[in-house]
Amino acid sequence: MGWARLPAAEPALDAVATGATAAPAATMPAGRAGPATDVVGLGRWRALGFVTPGLVLIGVFLVFPALWTLYIGVTDYRLTGTAARAPQIVGLENYRRALTDPTFYRSMWLTLVFVLGSAVLGQNLLGFFFAYALRPARPAVRRLVEALVLLAWILPSSVVAFLWIAMLDRDGGTVNVLLGQVPGVAWLIEYPMVAIVVFNIWRGTAFSMMLYSAALSGVPPSQLETARLAGASTGQTLRDVILPNIRRYALTNTLLITLWTFNDFTPFLLTAGGPNHRSEVVAAYIYNTAIVGGEMGYSGAISLLVLLVNLLLALVYLRVARVRPA
Amino acid sequence: MQQRIERYGRAAATIAVLVTVAATTAGCLGKKTSSDTTKNADAKEFTLSIGVNSIAGGKNASQAEWLSNWVIPKFVEAQKAKGRTAHVTLQPSGASDEDYKSKIALDLKTGSGADIYALDGIWVGEFADAGYIKPIEDLVGKDKADDWEGWAQIPPAVQTNMAYNGKRYGVPLGTDGRVIYFNRKLFAQAGLPADWQPRSWSDVLSAAYRIKAGVPGVIPMQLNAGTAMGEATTMQGILPLLVGAGHQIWADGKWQGNTQALRDALGMYQEIYRNGLGDPVIQQDAKGRDKSFQAFAEGRIAMLLEGDYFWRAVIEPTKGIAKMPDRDQTVGYALIPAKTPGAGIRGQDFVSMSGGSGHVLNPASKYPQQAWELLQFLNSKDATIASVAGSPRLTQRQDVNDEVLKNNPMLLFVSQKVLPLTAYRPGFAVYPRVSQALQQATLDVATGTPAVDAAATYQRTVEPIVGGVGKVASG
Repeated sequence: MGWARLPAAEPALDAVATGATAAPAATMPAGRAGPATDVVGLGRWRALGFVTPGLVLIGVFLVFPALWTLYIGVTDYRLTGTAARAPQIVGLENYRRALTDPTFYRSMWLTLVFVLGSAVLGQNLLGFFFAYALRPARPAVRRLVEALVLLAWILPSSVVAFLWIAMLDRDGGTVNVLLGQVPGVAWLIEYPMVAIVVFNIWRGTAFSMMLYSAALSGVPPSQLETARLAGASTGQTLRDVILPNIRRYALTNTLLITLWTFNDFTPFLLTAGGPNHRSEVVAAYIYNTAIVGGEMGYSGAISLLVLLVNLLLALVYLRVARVRPA
Repeated sequence: MQQRIERYGRAAATIAVLVTVAATTAGCLGKKTSSDTTKNADAKEFTLSIGVNSIAGGKNASQAEWLSNWVIPKFVEAQKAKGRTAHVTLQPSGASDEDYKSKIALDLKTGSGADIYALDGIWVGEFADAGYIKPIEDLVGKDKADDWEGWAQIPPAVQTNMAYNGKRYGVPLGTDGRVIYFNRKLFAQAGLPADWQPRSWSDVLSAAYRIKAGVPGVIPMQLNAGTAMGEATTMQGILPLLVGAGHQIWADGKWQGNTQALRDALGMYQEIYRNGLGDPVIQQDAKGRDKSFQAFAEGRIAMLLEGDYFWRAVIEPTKGIAKMPDRDQTVGYALIPAKTPGAGIRGQDFVSMSGGSGHVLNPASKYPQQAWELLQFLNSKDATIASVAGSPRLTQRQDVNDEVLKNNPMLLFVSQKVLPLTAYRPGFAVYPRVSQALQQATLDVATGTPAVDAAATYQRTVEPIVGGVGKVASG
């Protein structure tokens, strides 16, 4: 059974420890702990020591909650009442209910609108615009604008939400005062989706801006110069020189902001999903179902469905990112 | 080949681990606790905390002040005299009732939190069913639980507020009643009397129409609706209408479904919010209840259906959260009329709803005996008198009420005119979910859905909650 203890038979572990793909076991002489596969010379136990903290963290904060969600998703567990003391297994009932529940589809649709409007289009385009427009600007101007955009990003959510509520309030809100109408429009109630989309664009543009700034500084100046000498217009330069160079950054950026906007809870702080569920994006929907409605089991099932959508999104983006330009 | 075997082995091991983890966690769901009534009973030094939805300078400020300035220091003093060192802290909060409920449900669920919690009486059933709270006798022993002079002073109907399945889960803090408040100044401008008393729903509506026509820019009648206001919508909105239409939400084993009474009650909402008598935007606002308080205090709402809480803690001239310095002159109150005279429950002309909160012991308390002692102290005659010094209310204790009511016309009105007419919510664990369905129905109507459609949707929502169509009255 000695072959079973070969380090090479542990491809995953070695790959983590050395950062390299494990060599095929068949090429290894039996009984020799191969220094060829363990270039750092850690040995198995020390390597294990290095990865253990990471694996424990992943286990505690990722694998365990996922399994827990899977489990409560098949029960009728509630926050209060008899079903909180002794939950019953209800099988796939919660999933059946979610997949036939119009409020679930409404929240998925609102989330789609939210993600497309605020992240994929809003933050992406505005972030790119800032990064592009600020390149020729004087350093002082550039730093000032960057600082302001960053400020929106780094302030705590609760503080920011409070400011926005005060700004959009019907009776004494800043916006209505500026428009000279008191009492004016109850923005968060009459236009809840627009409000949270605009809010999230304001809130999250900084990340895209910084990422695109870095990406744009990587565009070879020689190519830009060549384009200029060839008489290319701004549009042509963008399309044929800049975009091909930053394509992978754009994809990475879009993937990241899509995923975290999809799961973003901050809109809840502005509208609490209301009025009458009109801004109930999926994160708010899960919270309202689980904590306000007390339906922990049902919300567990929804969470798992949302997790699957997240994985699907990640896979799609990874697949797209892998395709190299011809 | 060897590699493949190894991989299968590995996969099998992984699955085995996952299954084990899942199986172990499965055992963790739910609540199983046993309590030891003599736990730390002889401690010379102990710490206790009281969790309430009151906060100095904010919600229920006078109660928070009473707890931190009177109850806690006096209790610590009394314990010192017995040779014990008590450390008591207040955990205040100023959140909406629904948020507060979620918070304490999570605290109790995880076996943490304050030793004593303020709890709305209507949450007792679902918290008890969940095992989050326990009968006092289970926590401190039957002798200790029954041996308190206070029980003799609390009327049985009030004790029921904090009881479930015939067991006392907590000590009530008193009871309340609901009326229609109106602004006499606005009424005068519309030519309505200062001692207005409507006899039917149409009287209320015609007053609202006169205000709409005679006093522009004022919201004639704000009737609580929507989910954002939570239980306030149910207690100060749909339920008073429902009993005015002759039906309790639960009676004779059945819940009100899509019945004529419910459609009538929702029809009232439709009339108010479709015809601009009330402002539907306030009802959708996450902070709508506070906004309606503010608007009433500023003279922008003419009529508001609220409990006596509104009088003593909201528009109270010095400590209220929406102070009205001229409250006693400007604000009138009237009994809530039935749909038509005699159409209310029990054939009444006027109706009301009552509830009440109280304090419960946290079963996870390290010092259950001391916590019970503090709870008794908090409900003692002296403490209750001290609590009403700042803000008179209908307390739980008869011996205190006799004195409080002497100089307080509003509370006397509630005690003598409203309480004899009142109705209570059913103390079932599913009630809060039915209540949420009612709130949604009022929200639907306030935002434009016809009352008949909202009533039909409500019926569909309620059926699975209460256990099937057989438990719902309709038609």
